[in-house]
Order: sequence, then C-alpha cells, then structure tokens
Amino acid sequence: MNKTVKHPPNGLLSPPEIDVVSNKDPRDRGGPAQPLFIVKNLVKNFPVRGGILNRTTAQVQAVSNVSFQVLKGETLGVVGESGCGKSTLARLLMHLLDRTSGELIFDGDSVGVHGGMPMRKFREAAQMVFQDSYSSLNPRLPVEDSVSYGPKVHGMAGKAARELARDILKKVGLRPEIFGPRYPHELSGGQKQRVNIARALALSPRLVILDEAVSALDKSVEAQVLNLLRFLKRHYNLTYVFISHDLNVVQYISDRVLVMYLGEVVELGPVDEIYNRPRHPYTRALLRSRLSMDPDDRMDDAPIAGDPPNPINPPSGCRFRTRCPYAEPICASTPPAISQWTGPESHTVACHMYNPVDGHSLSGNPPAHDAMPDTDIQSRPTRVHA
Amino acid sequence: MTDTNISFATAKGAASEPQQDRVRSYWQLVRLRLRYDKVTLFFGMIIVAIVLIALLAPILPLRDPLETSMINRLKPIGHEGFILGTDELGRDMLSRIIWGGRSSLLMGLLPVALALLIGGGLGVIAGFMGGTVNMMIMRVMDVFYAFPSILLAVAISGAMGGGMLNGLISLTVVFIPPLCRVAETATTQVRGLDFVEAARASGAGSASIIGTHILGNVLAPVFVYASGMVSVSILVASGLSFLGLGVAPPTPDWGLMLSTLRQAIYVNPIVCALPGIAILITSLSFNMLSDGLRQAMDVKM
Repeated sequence: MNKTVKHPPNGLLSPPEIDVVSNKDPRDRGGPAQPLFIVKNLVKNFPVRGGILNRTTAQVQAVSNVSFQVLKGETLGVVGESGCGKSTLARLLMHLLDRTSGELIFDGDSVGVHGGMPMRKFREAAQMVFQDSYSSLNPRLPVEDSVSYGPKVHGMAGKAARELARDILKKVGLRPEIFGPRYPHELSGGQKQRVNIARALALSPRLVILDEAVSALDKSVEAQVLNLLRFLKRHYNLTYVFISHDLNVVQYISDRVLVMYLGEVVELGPVDEIYNRPRHPYTRALLRSRLSMDPDDRMDDAPIAGDPPNPINPPSGCRFRTRCPYAEPICASTPPAISQWTGPESHTVACHMYNPVDGHSLSGNPPAHDAMPDTDIQSRPTRVHA
Repeated sequence: MTDTNISFATAKGAASEPQQDRVRSYWQLVRLRLRYDKVTLFFGMIIVAIVLIALLAPILPLRDPLETSMINRLKPIGHEGFILGTDELGRDMLSRIIWGGRSSLLMGLLPVALALLIGGGLGVIAGFMGGTVNMMIMRVMDVFYAFPSILLAVAISGAMGGGMLNGLISLTVVFIPPLCRVAETATTQVRGLDFVEAARASGAGSASIIGTHILGNVLAPVFVYASGMVSVSILVASGLSFLGLGVAPPTPDWGLMLSTLRQAIYVNPIVCALPGIAILITSLSFNMLSDGLRQAMDVKM
C-alpha cells in the first residue's frame, strides 16, 4: 500500500480504484446459463386474527404467486408503490419469513426445504442490506464488532474476523482506525449505510438483497452509495436484487427491472425496455408520475389516482383494474397470465391487452406508449449523476 | 450533561494516544460517564462504606450486640460507653445497628440478585420466543403481579413460617414478576429491530443472538430497575421482621429493632429512630445510585 495516500479530513476514503476480479467464481456451480436465484410461485399470506377465539378471520395477501429469476452477475431492480409487498418479498428471499408456498432455488439448490441447501450455507451466500440504517445496527456494538459478527458466527477466529472487518470497512470507504471503534450513534446516515453494506459483504455473499438501501439518504450521499455499490459489485462479483420505490435510482443501477403491484409481478424486462417501452398500464402510469425537470412541464393530474386496494381483499381478476383506464369486464373476471419468459432479454407483462386471445377489446393491439397522454419519457432526467 | 462527559473523555483519550485503535466497550463507556457524576459517586461510596462496615462487624471493636444489661436500658445517645445509646434491653445500639446491617443488606441484595437471574432470564426467554411461550410465562407472572408486594411477601412468609431463609425466598418470589416484566418488554422491543433480523440473516443461532445482541440492550434497563428494587427489598424485609416474619429475635435486624423499640418511643425517641435512619440512608443511597446508573447506561439508540 502506498503510504503517502492522503485521506480527506472527514475520514472517508476517496473512491477506491477499480480492480475487477475475474468473472470465474469458484463457488459457481451451474455455469452462467443457470440463474443464480429462481423464485417460483412465491406466496405469502399474513393471517389477520380477531374475534374471541383469536381465529384467523382473513388473509393479507402480501406476495401472491411471484415468479422470476435472478441471473448471475446482474442487478435486478424491483419497483412498486409503498405497500405492494417489496419488503415482504425481500424477507421471503432471505428466508427470514416463512413462505406460505412456493419455491426458492439458489444456483440449483432448493432453499428452505428439508434436504435442500443447508440454511447456514444459504445465509453465507445471500445477504441483505436493510432499509432503516438506524435500527439495523446494534447500538451497543462498535462498528467493527457489528461487521465481524457474521464471520465469527460462521466459525472465523476473532482476530481474523476483525482483520476482515477492517479490510471491508476500507472497501466501503470508511477508515477502519477511525470508524472501527465508533458506535452507530456517532455515525451519519450515509456512514451507517456503508457499515450495513460492509456487514452484508463480510460473509462474502454471492447475492445481496438491497431493501431500499439508499432511500433514506440525502441525494448526494445516495449517489455516493450507489457508485460504491456498483464498485463493490464488480469487485466482489456480486449479484444484486435492488428493491426501491425510486424509479430514477432503479433505472440507474439495474440491468433488469421487475414491477410489482399489490403483491404481484405485473411487468419484467430489461431496464431500457421497461423505461422506454413500458407495456403494462401500471408501469406507464408509474413512469409518468415522475416529476419533470422542466418547469413548464407541470403535472396537473396525478397519472394514477387513489391508493392501492386493500390486499386483504384484492380486486378479482386483474388487481390493477380498479385504477386502470383500459379496464373492461374481462379484467374483472379473469386474472391475466404473465407472458412467457424466454430469456434474459425477454420483456414479460401480465395484461390482457397483450394477449391476442384474451378477449379484451384492445387484445393484441395495445395502445402505444406514446399514444398515452402527457409528455415523452425520453426527455426526463433519468440518470443519477454522481 | 452526559454528552459533554463523553466528548471530553474521548478527546482526552485521543490526545494521549493519537491513533486509537482500541474498541471501547459499552461498559468502559458507562464507567467513564460514572466517573464524572459526583452525586452518584457520593452515594455509591456511602453504599460501599455501609457494606464494608457491615462485613467488618466481627473484627470491629464493638460490644456484643446480644449482651443485655438491665441497669443500662434505653440510655440516650452519647451515654458513657454507648456512643449511640442502648435499646430496651440495655444492648449497645451502635453494635446492633452495625450487626443488623448485615441481615438487612443481605435481605436487600440477595433476593433482588436471585430475582434478576430468574425473572430476567424468564423475561428474555418470553420476549425472544414470543407466542405461546411468552403467553404462558407472562400470565403466570401476572398472577403474582396482582398482589401488592408487601402483601405477597407477608402471605408467603406467613405460609412458610418465619426465619431468614423463608424471608429470602418470599422476597425473591415477590421481585421475580416485575423484573420479568421489564426484561420481557425490553426484549420484545429489541427483538423487532432490524439488527436482530440482520443477525439472523447472517446465520446466527438464537443463543448467539441473545448473547450478543439482546442481552447487551436489555441488561441496562433491567439492571437499573433491579438496583432501584434493592431499597424496596430492604424496606419489605424490615416490614417482615417488624411483623415477626423475617429474622427472629434476638438477632439484630433493622426492621426488627424498629419493631421492638417502638414501645420506647416516648422514653427515648432518638434512639428508637436510629434503625429507621439506617434504613433511610441505605435505601436512599441505592435509589440515587440506580438513578445515576440509568443516566450512565443510557446510550443513544
């Protein structure tokens, strides 16, 4: 290490130089064609209890029948409104919540079933960065101990774990000799989130689930952390599932985007496809709800009105039909099937208008994205400039 | 106020060794804060003094606390040879107060310590497991909680008979439910926080999570609560002795002394008040210490 490196006075390291680790990962089993994480028909219902006998009176359908694949080395963005089940999905993926039904397959191994991948091994291979950087660090533990806790749990000796923690703190841009002994309440929001990222990386995972990881940060800090995430992804050969409600951030960091509405996947495709040629009326409305940087381009009406329906009693058929401008009787009677997934580049959507045989008046002849009212998406500032 | 102490301490530490590479533990921080809290230190020292004097009673040059003398009954404070006077049987009050402190302190500390172990442990288990386990433990605690503490102690002691051991047991039973409740509440709060979830996500088992993440955050409130209970315990123990359910005469005990001396209150009121003053000073000191500890242990979440 060059001793003369000058550190900024605030103790943050300047962005680390990029050195890309070879894409050949010794832990890889299925090869590049095998998705890292396959999610099949994932369902999570939370019982609503009530009455004298505390019986289950209803089910909150937080996640219903969600299927997708996370490809090796990609960043899959997950967007949706508040309350659409994004955080529940994250906890289900980490197996922190028991799923009601469905299947998780990590690089060919079944997760969370008897005889499948051991939970201990899975917890090393997949890690999560939590949304609330305040409550996700133990206030009684110095930063270094928080980061080295995971490796110690997995049997690493105390000294080696501390070395590792310092090394990773350096990687996330915090000087270990300054920040290692500090307590979480002595850190800023951005620093705490860096520590959270360090904690997740301490187990050298292959998959990192980022649940609103930058949502609570200032715009400038957000950009720093996003760039850090991109650097770490290359450096450690990571795969991200990036969950956020912020469309700009998701567009900036994602390779593919999954759009959720009320616990269901409504659209999934490569990021440019989703942002430039959105198909599902919900995705279109969501994209149009972004504010323009042009002061003359005022938004008079919100593109989608109202709140999402109650997930205890979701609408029949298509769940978006109560807010959809193209809703027809077929939408109330039959839930639309998501179109066939054919490969990494495929753009799938769950809408009757895109299935020629579904019986919607616009079936097979959906309105073009440009035909929709409001302005063009292209001129919108969609990139986060770091 | 506490904050300035911290930053001062940190600045000092940084000056003496510029590249501080040492991880300061939570308890070191608490000690640092206590060092600057004069009031707490003062009352802490009083407690240390009381405990030391009580422990050293056998080797101090004192009269025999059981030696009666019919001609020296109820002598006032400062009477020749009896610095604090004598009681209704002519026994030396100074000696009896010091010897009595032994049983009173024991009755104050031991039940609370036992209750801290049992009640605190049950509370953490109930809080961490949740669901049915929580319900079973906490409902049992509620049954005990329904009685006022003195009534419960009197009832248990009365049922088992007098004596020090039974007094200890009844006091322990009395203090388990409130400590269990405090521990359970604190644990339930901590358990829902993301860092516990994160620890689970890193593959840690329940024991490791409780040891590393739960206990550290639960111990402070429970410990502070328990230290406040020591004074309650001394008072209840005195009450038991007063009622004849705790320590049996002629063993010196503050509560018992108060009880037997009360008939002499019109003859020599100051001497009669001495055991009460001893109880007051001790329980006040424990209360103040508990207050100071609460402040020192209050690390920002």
